[in-house]
Amino acid sequence: MIEIEIRLFATLVKYRPKESDTFKLPDRTTIAGLLSKLNIAEKEVKLIFVNGKKQPMEYEVQNRDRVGIFPPVGGG
Amino acid sequence: MERYSRNLNTLSQDEQVILSKSRVAVIGLGGLGGGVVEMLARIGVGALVLMDGDSFETSNLNRQILATEALVGHSKAGAARDRVGAVNRTVQVTAFHDFLDGQNADATVKGCDLAIDCLDSIEARFLLEDACRRAEIPLVSGAIAGTLGQVITIFPQDPGLTLIYGDRSSPRADGVEKEMGNLSYTPMLVAAIETSEAVKVLLNRGELLRNRLLIVDLMALSFDIVQLT
Repeated sequence: MIEIEIRLFATLVKYRPKESDTFKLPDRTTIAGLLSKLNIAEKEVKLIFVNGKKQPMEYEVQNRDRVGIFPPVGGG
Repeated sequence: MERYSRNLNTLSQDEQVILSKSRVAVIGLGGLGGGVVEMLARIGVGALVLMDGDSFETSNLNRQILATEALVGHSKAGAARDRVGAVNRTVQVTAFHDFLDGQNADATVKGCDLAIDCLDSIEARFLLEDACRRAEIPLVSGAIAGTLGQVITIFPQDPGLTLIYGDRSSPRADGVEKEMGNLSYTPMLVAAIETSEAVKVLLNRGELLRNRLLIVDLMALSFDIVQLT
């Protein structure tokens, strides 16, 4: 198992897991797998960043990663 | 010139001259655009091209600096032009009461040194980015929703908005601002950062948000700069 920190933005805050700031996952979980565990549809997400760097859906989450999940923002 | 005496010595006399010879397009004159126009006029950018096809509505009063009760129903482009005239009559203004589209985008940014994206739809942002690429000018793009803001600076050779909003072929969902609304202070903050990026591009100075996205979440009080490439 690995433990990560999840940061959700704007409308995605409602998907925050209840178990506190950190979140436990099986080894080799991808971003896509993480989204599905959080019940977030991929179309709601436009940008994933891990430790400050954009990562694709196939990225395998590592222990102690800080994962940001960011929706499309277009207001002016 | 006394008008710009407080710009010195953060800006040099030579840099002030560069600004006065610069022409900047501000597309979208709502919450972001109103703030950007105010700051560009005050700092002394010489020429502004201002575009928005909207007129003020009562719901704009909570956040748009150009919106006043007396101007509800009046054109945003006209209000922006009048505001620049009131603040700094040395600025040359071209104002279009029109929405950016595939027909007018190229002509709107033509002759500009830089464009600033203050639009309120993701689709229109891509249109503007395409026009800037064809005109070979940089684009500063900002967007807001609720207490969330983002800014990126895009040069013609950079991948640009696709890094944030996904592949061009992917469906362009509305932004989350439709659900979150926009508070009074978020556009002012993001407009200030967009203006700062614009001035640095014009002066070829300082650190830019190229291939990086600034994400500000004022509720969580987090400021992230995400490396996109």
